[in-house]
Amino acid sequence: MQSHILSIILFTPLVGALVLLFVPKENKGAIRWIANIFSLGGFLISLPLVPMFWAQRFEVTPTHFKFLEGTPNNWIPSIGAGYNLGIDGISFLLIMLTTLLGWISILSSWTAIEIRVKEYYVWFLVLQTGMLGVFMALDFFLFFVFWEAMLVPMYLLIGIWGGPRKLYAAIKFFLYTLLGSVLMLLGILFLYFHHHTVTGVFTFSIPELYKTAPLIPFHTAIWLFVAFFIGFAIKVPMFPFHTWLPDAHVEAPTAGSVILAGVLLKMGTYGFVRFSLPFFPAVVSHPRVQSWMIGLSLVGIIYGALVSLMQKDMKKLVAYSSVSHLGFCTLGIFTLNSMGLTGSVLQQINHGISTGALFLIVGILYERRHTREIAEYGGISNVMPLYATITMIMFLSSMGLPLLNGFVGEFTILQGAFTANWKWAAWAAPGVVLAAAYLLWLYQRVFFGTVTNPKNEKLHDLTPREILTFVPLIIMALWIGVYPKPFFQILEQPVNQIVQTIHDNSNANAPVNAQVAPAPAPQALAVVGPKVVGTNVAGPKASN
Amino acid sequence: MFFLNHIWLIPLFPAFGAAMMFFFGRRLQKATVNAVCVGAVVFAFLFACFTVVEYTHFAHGTGHPFEKIVYTWLGSGDAHLSFLKKDGTTAQFNADAGFLLDPLSSIWLLFVTGVGMLIHIYSVGYMAHEGGYYRFFGYMNLFMFSMLTLILANNYMLLFVGWEGVGLCSYLLIGFYFHRKSASDAANKAFIVNRIGDAGFILGALTLSWYLGSFRFTDINTLARSGHFAIGDPVLTAAALLLFVGACGKSAQLPLYVWLPDAMEGPTPVSALIHAATMVTAGVYMVARSNAVFVLAPTAMKTVAIIGALTAVFAASIGLVQNDIKRVLAYSTVSQLGYMFLALGVGAFAAGVFHVFTHAFFKALLFLGSGSVIHAMSGEQDMRNMGNLRGRIPTTFKTMFIATLAIAGIPPLAGFFSKDEILWQAWRSADGGFPYLWLIGFGTALMTAFYMARLIFLTFYGQPRMSHEVEHHIHESPKSMTGPLVVLAICSVCAGWLGVPASLGGTNAFGKFLEPVFAREVAASVAPAEPQEPAGEEHRGLEWTLMLLSVGAAVVGGGWAYGHYANAGKDYPEPIAVKAPPLYTVLYNKWFVDEAYDYAFTGRRKIGKIRLGAMGAGEASSWFDAKIIDGAVNDVGWVTRAVATLSTWWDKWIIDGVGVNGPAILARMISYPARLFEWGLVQWYALVMVAGLLGFGVYYVWK
Amino acid sequence: MVPITTLHYLVVAAALFVLGVIGVLTRRNVVIVLMSIELILNAVNLNLVAFSRMWGNLHGQLFAIFIVVDAAAEAAVGLGILIAFFRNRETINVDEIDLLKW
Repeated sequence: MQSHILSIILFTPLVGALVLLFVPKENKGAIRWIANIFSLGGFLISLPLVPMFWAQRFEVTPTHFKFLEGTPNNWIPSIGAGYNLGIDGISFLLIMLTTLLGWISILSSWTAIEIRVKEYYVWFLVLQTGMLGVFMALDFFLFFVFWEAMLVPMYLLIGIWGGPRKLYAAIKFFLYTLLGSVLMLLGILFLYFHHHTVTGVFTFSIPELYKTAPLIPFHTAIWLFVAFFIGFAIKVPMFPFHTWLPDAHVEAPTAGSVILAGVLLKMGTYGFVRFSLPFFPAVVSHPRVQSWMIGLSLVGIIYGALVSLMQKDMKKLVAYSSVSHLGFCTLGIFTLNSMGLTGSVLQQINHGISTGALFLIVGILYERRHTREIAEYGGISNVMPLYATITMIMFLSSMGLPLLNGFVGEFTILQGAFTANWKWAAWAAPGVVLAAAYLLWLYQRVFFGTVTNPKNEKLHDLTPREILTFVPLIIMALWIGVYPKPFFQILEQPVNQIVQTIHDNSNANAPVNAQVAPAPAPQALAVVGPKVVGTNVAGPKASN
Repeated sequence: MFFLNHIWLIPLFPAFGAAMMFFFGRRLQKATVNAVCVGAVVFAFLFACFTVVEYTHFAHGTGHPFEKIVYTWLGSGDAHLSFLKKDGTTAQFNADAGFLLDPLSSIWLLFVTGVGMLIHIYSVGYMAHEGGYYRFFGYMNLFMFSMLTLILANNYMLLFVGWEGVGLCSYLLIGFYFHRKSASDAANKAFIVNRIGDAGFILGALTLSWYLGSFRFTDINTLARSGHFAIGDPVLTAAALLLFVGACGKSAQLPLYVWLPDAMEGPTPVSALIHAATMVTAGVYMVARSNAVFVLAPTAMKTVAIIGALTAVFAASIGLVQNDIKRVLAYSTVSQLGYMFLALGVGAFAAGVFHVFTHAFFKALLFLGSGSVIHAMSGEQDMRNMGNLRGRIPTTFKTMFIATLAIAGIPPLAGFFSKDEILWQAWRSADGGFPYLWLIGFGTALMTAFYMARLIFLTFYGQPRMSHEVEHHIHESPKSMTGPLVVLAICSVCAGWLGVPASLGGTNAFGKFLEPVFAREVAASVAPAEPQEPAGEEHRGLEWTLMLLSVGAAVVGGGWAYGHYANAGKDYPEPIAVKAPPLYTVLYNKWFVDEAYDYAFTGRRKIGKIRLGAMGAGEASSWFDAKIIDGAVNDVGWVTRAVATLSTWWDKWIIDGVGVNGPAILARMISYPARLFEWGLVQWYALVMVAGLLGFGVYYVWK
Repeated sequence: MVPITTLHYLVVAAALFVLGVIGVLTRRNVVIVLMSIELILNAVNLNLVAFSRMWGNLHGQLFAIFIVVDAAAEAAVGLGILIAFFRNRETINVDEIDLLKW
C-alpha cells in the first residue's frame, strides 16, 4: 500500500465520480452523501501520507522525489510518456491542502446547489483528481493531461452553477488559461526534443529533463522561459494577466471559488517553482529577468490591494486580495533564495487556507441573502455573532497577524526579499498596511454598526455543517502561526535543492552538475548516460 | 529558580482567561468571569513579583539578563534554512519563542501586571452595567497576554507578536461599542495607523538581522557593543530610524499619533490600560531595548529627540482647548510620550524609562478618575457640562488632584522627579546643543500644568453646569472603582522616590537598577552624551535652577488656569478664544491634521472631483483594471470574434461559394444549352450517330 | 466473265447496309425500323462471311452466327418494347415516341 499511496490518493475522487454516475439523479440526498463520503475519504486517505512523509523529510533520493511510482516511459513508450508519480516537500504540502480544501468545498455546497446536483459533484470530484495529478506528476505528458483536465470541470462549474454573468466568466477563464497552457505546451515540446538532441532519448520524464534543460543556450532559453512564464503567470495570476480572476471568482459558486482560489491558483506558482526555476536557472537569475518578475510581483501586491480597497462587491474584493497575496508568493519565488522560496510555498498554503475561508465566509452571506453588495449589509455581528467571530479570525489571518499563519509566510518572504535586495522588501511592506485597510473596512461595513437593512434582521447564525467547514481551517491557521517549525523542516530540503540548482547554473553555459543535496551526506547519485532514461532508485528508508 | 524557569507562564495566565472567555464566556455568570479574568491578571502579577525577586537574586545587581528559550518558532530548528547577510556570510533563519528578563523588562513586567490588575478590578465596577461583559474581559486578558509577550520577548519577532497583538486588542477594545460608527472608525484608524508603524518596524528588524545575523536582543547587543561598528554606521542608522517609525505608530508620535485621541471611543478602562499605561509605552520599551543600536546612530537619536519634543509641544497645544475630558487626557498622553522619546533621544534612557514608570501610575489614575467622573455624570464627558463636583465625589476628586499635581511636576510627587530628570538631561546633552530641546520641554511643562489644572477646575470647581437629572444622579463610584484610584494615587506620590537624583540627595535606585541595560562597553568610540555621569558640584546649581524653573512653570500654569476656570459658570469664556480666535480655531480643530490626512493619505475626502490618497489610488486602479487591462482582454476577444466573422464570410462566400458551389453553378449553366439537343427522338439520335460516323470516315479518308 | 471477288460481296453488303440505315433513319413505322435494323445486321453478316472466305478460316462465319443469334434476341426484345409502348400509346409512329427529353 505504501508504494501506491499516491495513486490511491489520486484516484479516489475519480472513483467517487464514477460511483456517482450510477446514482439516479433524482436522489439528491444520496448523491450528496456519497460525494461527501468520497471527498472526506480522499482527505482521510491522504492523512497516512503525513507521518510517512515526515519520517522521510530529510532523506536524500537521487531524483529528490519520494514515494515514486512508475518509471519514466512506461505508459506510452513510443513517445516517451510515463505514468510516473512522486512528491517532495513542496508538492506534499500542496497535496494535503488540496485534499483538505476539496473536502471542505464539497461539504460547503450541501445546500448551495439545487439544480443538476449529480453533475455538479461528478465534475467536482473529477476536478479534484485533476488537481492532485498536477502536483504528483513527474512526467510532463501526464502533467499536461492533468493540467488540461482541470480546465473543463472548472469551466462547467462556473458556467452552469454560477452567477449572472457566468457564461462570460467561464469562457473568459477557459480561453485565457488555455492560451497560457498552449504556450506552455510549446515549451514542453521544445524541451522534449532538446532532450533527445542531447541524450538521444525521447522522454517526458521531469527528473530527466532537469538534467538537460539547463544546457539550453541563453538566447533560446529565454523564449522558453517566456512560454512557460505566460502559462504560469496567467494561472497565478500575475499582473497584468489577472483580469480573468475577478470575473471567474465572482461568478463561480462558493465551493468553486474556494477551490479556485485555494488550489488552482497555486498551480501557477507551483509551476514556477517546479519548472521555471530548475529548468532555466540562468535565465531566472539574470538580473533583468529577475527584476521584471519582482517588479510584476510588487505591482501585483500594491495594485491588487488598492483595487481591493474600492470594490463594492465582497467577492470581487476577496478576489483582488488574492492577486495581492499571490504577489507576495511570486515575490518570494523570484528572490531565488531559500528564505523567499520557503516563505512563498508556505504562503501558498496559508493563502489556500485563509482565502479559502474568506470565500466560504462570503458564500455564507450570499446563500442567505443572494447578494454580495457590501452596501446591502451592516451590523451583521448583532444577528450572527459566531459568524462574525470566525470571520474576524480569518480576516486577521489574511492580513498577517502574528500567531496566525499569514504572518509566518509573509515575514519569511520579506526576509528573503530583503536579503536579496532591500528595496524589494521596502516596496512590499505597504502591502501589509493596505491589506489591513481593505479588510478592516470591509468588516466594519458588513459587521459593525446596527442592522441597517431590515432584510438582514432574520439571518440565522452558522449551522453545524458550516461550522465544520471552518474548523479545520482555523486549526491550520493557528497551527502554522504558532508552531510552523514542522513546515519549515518539510520545505528545507526541496527548497535548498532548487536554490542549489540555480546557484550552480546561474552562469550561462555552466556545465550541469549532478544534483547536489544540502548538508546531510549525499547518496551515490545515478550516473546519467545517454541511454539511461532514469532509474527508480530510492533512498534507504524510502518506500520500496 | 522555579519562577524564572517558568517565566513563560506569566503571559499564559491571561491567555487562558481569554481562551475561557472565547469558548465559554457566553454562558458564564459575571462572577465567574471576574474570577477567571481578573484572577488571571492578579495571578500574573503575583507570579511576576516572585519572578522579579528571583531575578534580582539571579543577577546580583549585574543586570545580566535571564533568557529562556521555549521552542523554535520561526525556522526549521537546524541550520539548513539560512539567508545571506550583508557581508556575504550565511546566518541561520531563526526566531524563537524565547523569554528574556533583565532590569528593563522587570520594571515593565511589574507595572504592567500591577496597573493591569488594578484596572481589571476597576472594570468590574465600571462595566457592571454594560453589555458584552465577558467579551470585554476576554479582550482585556488577550491584551495582557500580548503585552506580556511583548515585554518578555527575547527577540524582535516575538516582540512583534506582542506588538501586533496589542494593536489587535486595541482595535477590538476601541471598537467595543461597535454599534457606533465613530467607535468602529476609530478602531480601524488605530489598527491601520499602527500597521504603518509595523511595516517600518518589520523593515527595521529585517535590516538588523541582515546586517547582524540575528533577531535576538542578546546577540545584537553583543555585536553592537563589540566596537566592531563605527558610530554613525549608515545601515544601523537606517535600522534605528525604521524601528523608530514603528515606535511612532505604537506610541503615537508625530506623524502617526492621530489614532490615539480617537481611541477614546473605547470604554474608559481601556483608555487607561492601553492608551496610557501600557500599550503606548511599547514603543518606548522597544527603543530602550534597542539602545545598543541607537547609540551607534546619533542621527537616529537626534531624530527621536526632536520628534519627541515636537510631539510633546504639539499635543499639549491641542490639549489646551479640548472640551472632552478624555480627549484632554489623550493629548496629554501623546505629549508625555513625547517627553519619553525626548529622553531616549538625548541618551537619557533611564530617565525615559523612569518617566514611563511614573506616568503609568498618574495617567492611569487620571483616566480611571475621569471614568469615575463620567460614571457619576451618567455618561457625560464634556467638561462644559460639568462643574463643582469636588464635594459630590470626594475620593475621585482627591485622587485626581494628586494625579494632576504629579503630572504637572510638583515635588515631591512622582512626576516631578521623572520629568525634571528628562529636562535636565535634555539641557546638558551633546555639547550644549540641546538647550532648545529643553526650551520646548519647558514650554510643554507650562502648557501641561495649564491644561491639567483647567481640567480639574472645570470638572470639580466652579458652578455646576449640568442638567438637573444628571445632577440628581451624581454619586461616588463603588469600592471596586475607588479602590484602585487610591492605590494609584499612593503610587503617584511615592513612585518618584525611587529615582531621586543625586543632586537632591537621593540614590537614584531606579537609574542604578537600569544601568547595566544601557551600559556601553564600547572600547574606542565614546558616545557624545554620557548622561549617567554623576553631576559634579558645578552642575548642581544649574540643575537646581532648572528644577526651580520647571516647578515655577507648573505653578504659573496652574495659577493661570485657576484664574480663568476656577469659577467657571454656564458659558464661561475660553481665554485663548477671546485673545486669539484664529489660534483657538486651529487648536480646537487639532491643527486640521485629520482633515489633511483624509485629503492626502486616505482619500476619504475629495478635493473637488479628485480623490487622492489610498482610496483615490484604489479608484484609479479599479478603473484602470476594468477599463484598460480588462478592456484589452475583452478587445482581444472582440478582435478574435471579428476575425472569426471575417473567416466565416470568407468561408461561406469565397471558399464555399466560389470553390465548391461555383463549379456546380457553372455545370448547370452549361447544361442549359446542352439540353436543347435532347429531343427524345430515336431516329434523330441515330442520324446524329451516322453523321458522326460519316464524319470520321471522311476525316480518315482525307488523311 | 468477270470473276466474283470479295469486293463484290462487300459492295452488296454495303448497299444493303446503306439501305438499312436509310430505313432506320427515315421510316415512320417502328416495325419497319426494326426490320431495317435486321437488314443492317444481315449486311454485316454478309460482310463477315465474305471475309471468312477471303482469309480461309471460319472466324467470320462463327461471328456471323453470333450476330444472327444476337439479332434474334434483339428483335424479340425490340418487339416486346414495341408492344408495351403500343399498349400505352396506341401508336407505332416513331415520331411520337419522344418522352425522354428535357
